[in-house]
Amino acid sequence: MSETSITSASTEKKASAPKKQKTPVHQLSPRAKMLHRALRHKGLLFGLFVMAIIVIVALFAPLLAGHDPYSQSLLARMKPPVFLGGTWEHPLGTDALGRDYLARLVYGARISLLIGLIAATISACIGTFMGVLAGYFGGRIDLIVTFFINVRLAMPVVLVALAVVALFGGSLLVVVSVLGLLLWDRFAVVMRAATMQVRKLEYVAAAQVLGASLPRVLIKDILPNVMNHLIVIFTLEMAHAIILEAALSFLGLGVQPPTPSWGLMISEGKEMLLFESWLITIPGIALFFLVLSINMLGDGIRDVTAPEGRN
Amino acid sequence: MYIYILKRLGLALLVAFTVSAISFSLLFMAGDPAIAIAGENASMEDIQMVNDRYGFDRPIVVQYFEWLGKAASGDLGNSWYFDLPVSDLIVDRLSVTMLLGLLSISFALLLAIPMGVAAAMKPNSLIDRAALFISVVGQAIPSFWFGLILIVVFSIKLGLVPASGSTSWAHFILPTIVLGYYATPAIMRLTRAGMLEVLSADYIRTARAKGLDSRKIMFKHALRNAIIPVISLAAVQMGFMLGGSIVVESIFALHGAGFLAWESISRNDLPTMQALILIFSMFYIFFTFLADILNAWMDPRLRIA
Amino acid sequence: MTDPILTIKNLTVDLPEGGDRPHAVEKLSVDIAPKEIVCIVGESGSGKSITSFTTMGLLPKALKPSTGEVIFEGQDVLKLSPREHAKLRGSRMAMIFQEPMSALNPCYTVGDQIEEVFEQHTSLSKAERKAKTIKLLDEVQLPEPERIYSSYPHQLSGGQRQRIVIAIALALDPSLLIADEPTTALDLSTQAQILHLFKELREKHSAGIMFVTHDFDVVAEIADKVVVMKEGKIVEQGTAEEVLNRPKHPYTRKLIDAVPRRTGSVNAHMTEKHKVMEVLGLNKTFHTKGTMFKPSRTVHACKDINFIVHRGETLGIVGESGSGKSTLVKCLIRLEDPDSGSVIIDGSDIAQFTPKLLHPYRKSIQIVFQDPYGSLNPRRTIGDQLVEGPINFGEDRAHAMERAKKLMEIVRLEQDALYRYPAQFSGGQRQRICIARALMVEPEVLIADEAVSALDVSVQKEVLKLLNEIRDEMGLTVLFITHDLRVAAQICDNLVVMQNGEIVERGNVDEVFGHPKHDYTKKLLSAQPGQNWNVPDISKLPPVDPALLDQALNQPMGAVR
Repeated sequence: MSETSITSASTEKKASAPKKQKTPVHQLSPRAKMLHRALRHKGLLFGLFVMAIIVIVALFAPLLAGHDPYSQSLLARMKPPVFLGGTWEHPLGTDALGRDYLARLVYGARISLLIGLIAATISACIGTFMGVLAGYFGGRIDLIVTFFINVRLAMPVVLVALAVVALFGGSLLVVVSVLGLLLWDRFAVVMRAATMQVRKLEYVAAAQVLGASLPRVLIKDILPNVMNHLIVIFTLEMAHAIILEAALSFLGLGVQPPTPSWGLMISEGKEMLLFESWLITIPGIALFFLVLSINMLGDGIRDVTAPEGRN
Repeated sequence: MYIYILKRLGLALLVAFTVSAISFSLLFMAGDPAIAIAGENASMEDIQMVNDRYGFDRPIVVQYFEWLGKAASGDLGNSWYFDLPVSDLIVDRLSVTMLLGLLSISFALLLAIPMGVAAAMKPNSLIDRAALFISVVGQAIPSFWFGLILIVVFSIKLGLVPASGSTSWAHFILPTIVLGYYATPAIMRLTRAGMLEVLSADYIRTARAKGLDSRKIMFKHALRNAIIPVISLAAVQMGFMLGGSIVVESIFALHGAGFLAWESISRNDLPTMQALILIFSMFYIFFTFLADILNAWMDPRLRIA
Repeated sequence: MTDPILTIKNLTVDLPEGGDRPHAVEKLSVDIAPKEIVCIVGESGSGKSITSFTTMGLLPKALKPSTGEVIFEGQDVLKLSPREHAKLRGSRMAMIFQEPMSALNPCYTVGDQIEEVFEQHTSLSKAERKAKTIKLLDEVQLPEPERIYSSYPHQLSGGQRQRIVIAIALALDPSLLIADEPTTALDLSTQAQILHLFKELREKHSAGIMFVTHDFDVVAEIADKVVVMKEGKIVEQGTAEEVLNRPKHPYTRKLIDAVPRRTGSVNAHMTEKHKVMEVLGLNKTFHTKGTMFKPSRTVHACKDINFIVHRGETLGIVGESGSGKSTLVKCLIRLEDPDSGSVIIDGSDIAQFTPKLLHPYRKSIQIVFQDPYGSLNPRRTIGDQLVEGPINFGEDRAHAMERAKKLMEIVRLEQDALYRYPAQFSGGQRQRICIARALMVEPEVLIADEAVSALDVSVQKEVLKLLNEIRDEMGLTVLFITHDLRVAAQICDNLVVMQNGEIVERGNVDEVFGHPKHDYTKKLLSAQPGQNWNVPDISKLPPVDPALLDQALNQPMGAVR
């Protein structure tokens, strides 16, 4: 985010001033310079930190959960979390079916991350392919790609995703594929614009004049220089996919019970809205922080990898 | 100019046509619609009867063009669930959604533009940080959850506004905030970034060299240029927002087109789903078209060849 | 001698911490009298613009004047509040900028933008404001003032827009006019008109003019007094006559020595006449598709172009922007496909070759582009980019790397440059790297497409010298594309002059410069500023005062940037 880049730029200047005698910043290699900026970017570091925690929790879910997220207990229904007077037996309480809320939350992180990663990967492949082709070749190919982008943008995402999931049946596979097939538009739009911009630069012309083949130009000269945009959009769309999955599951047309999806947990908690609002607060906050950290990571990467100023 | 508008309209129609073709084939291929109507346990005879009545056993292309032909003349078929003409159903519900859309985009613009401008005028100030906070939170908060939290706080705990329904203006307050806040971050960021860019433009320096007072520089010279892309973004966001109304309307039980969509989806009512997808995509197409026209109207470089 | 209207005394402006030097401008003192044009000259980064911005009160927030006085009409403007300073701007002091294309607000008519000055500083009625504006448009010699009045900036050319900016500056007849590189972005003929306008203004108005420029020929054309700046400090100041003809400081001498000039001996290095490349009847048209608001049009960018280049020759292709020279270059290196005609190299006509057939011939023609920042891939090391060509033509990497090392020596860079990234080099160094990259495949013809236009004069001189040496040592043939007649005169053997896609004049440098035949060439030559100035032969000047020399030695000149 440009807002945070301003603060980081000024802190960077102060921090680098005393070190100047060793290696002036402008003489570092691009990678070293990027690292230099990354370590001073508060938003990026925050995003990275929160993200790392969630990923670790998801990876080691069985160790951290303490309970089976699926096992119901009629005796232990609706136990409140510790901070509302519950016991450490169920630190975050239990839901209406007596399932441990912490366990469901921890396993839910796996679902969200998995869906976000796979859906964003699918759409990144589709969108990047279309965008780079359109941006590089222009002309008729560009017209066709632009048309498909327009068609895709005109389709109401939530509505189409809901309808398809309703008709095909809600499973992880269906949800992931539908989201992957629906969220490629921003990849295509941004990759197209970025490729057009890079394509105009003289080093691409120089590479062609030096006899570089088309695949070589694309891989060596175009892709590395649009990569930063790709990564940023990837984070944005990953966050988008995670929110959409939660929304679909919330509406009952995403991942099906008893799978521990955060959206589903909120949906189930909604029934108890009047009395036990912590049932929706806890998974909601988890969802919020996951999306927040991914977005901050993306914004940070955009700031840090922004092209060098002209000296 | 007129030729361009005609071309643009032709393209819009082509986009609408493609969207409807894709959604039609998607919906009708997903399962056997005859079974959907007759029910899971229907006998072969029942299914045959349904097929005879609706023609589901014909090739999908034939069915699509039949539907399209009727749609063009305003006949969107009968709802399987409500057993009413789909067009009547939609017309009935659309006004609620349109009202919600207009209220929400106004809310978003009224919040985002002043804050974006103020943030750009004083980067790193308190207001800039507040704007940053609002947009970062807005991007990360799932709107269905945000809606529920608002219900808990304002309807249940404080009892200020009704939680669901669509009978009075008070019913629109919370949905407007939720849907409007959804569109706010993008508009605010664009306003701020646009203002910052324009403020560093050469013509702003010229204006300062003329000795103009800063209010005039800010509003006459800077905002006028920075607002152009914001207006077209707002139009596009409006298109997205109507499509996204389904989530908000279902939380607040606001009986608009989005709620109708949710009902039709949960009841496998294909004609209604198909019609709503078409209507919502037409809205999007209309608003992007409007954005182009607004752009041209505001930017003399586009207006005058 | 009248009292000066502007006196800058001991001005120091600090740079933010962590920059490459502590002050943007240091202990600077300058006087400007009415009816006097004072030129502030320096290379990029010399602090020359900072001086003008400080006076106008338009400094970026990061920069703050720390000491000194800027006395304008009896008061120190550094002590004024921003509001008081703004009152002076546009009324008593006014400024003209470098980029006419972006200096005007695209959303308002130019009439409106001029009137604003009256609106802000006077209480004239609407009708009076308009009348004054029309009069101003007339004064800056714009045709049809009434039509221009209601035009938007994008409907006017660069030269016309610059006149609008001048009109804005002149609106209230200020006593100080500051012009920051006002002609740098303009074509030669437009530049001549604007410079002429400045000379007239000096006579008609009584304003003192601070004219910031990097170009000594412009200085020679209009300056009364000259101030030479380097790294924020004044190294020399005096009357134009003194500084231009008898420069004292070694830095001034170096700059003046770098001013490109015709250098007599032509074709001396060419012994044999061997045809390397021949272009026959080349045509290229572009059809721009109409959009919502612009009608489609057809542009004939190259019309029936014919020329021959011989081994060891430097052929200059000279033209202003829009002359079609860039399109010609793109056709020659086949980044564009010519509509018709031949490009014959090594006995083959490559103009219509398919990409496959073309591939082996790509080696023969290489190019160095204008923009030192856009022509190297920021994400690949220099070495990786240098061996790219040979690898594409089937050479193995290690072998190519050896040659890359040799070429680094030839272009005078350290070998370890090969392991670094472009961001770690200056503009001049990058152009050397681009030259090395082009030479990696041992081309027959090297095209230099405005290859030195973006560089400071002293750097420009080094690169030109390097090009000449390489040409002589390697028997290379150079096609030198430029808009700058002086540079062309200095480096080329033969010239073709292009206008509107056609070659209007050709011949060797002496013929074209000495006896131009076509009207356009004559017009271009007469538009060249500084013609009455004979650049002094630096080697024949009296030796530098040892005191100045010491000072120069203590602060390295940064010869190779």
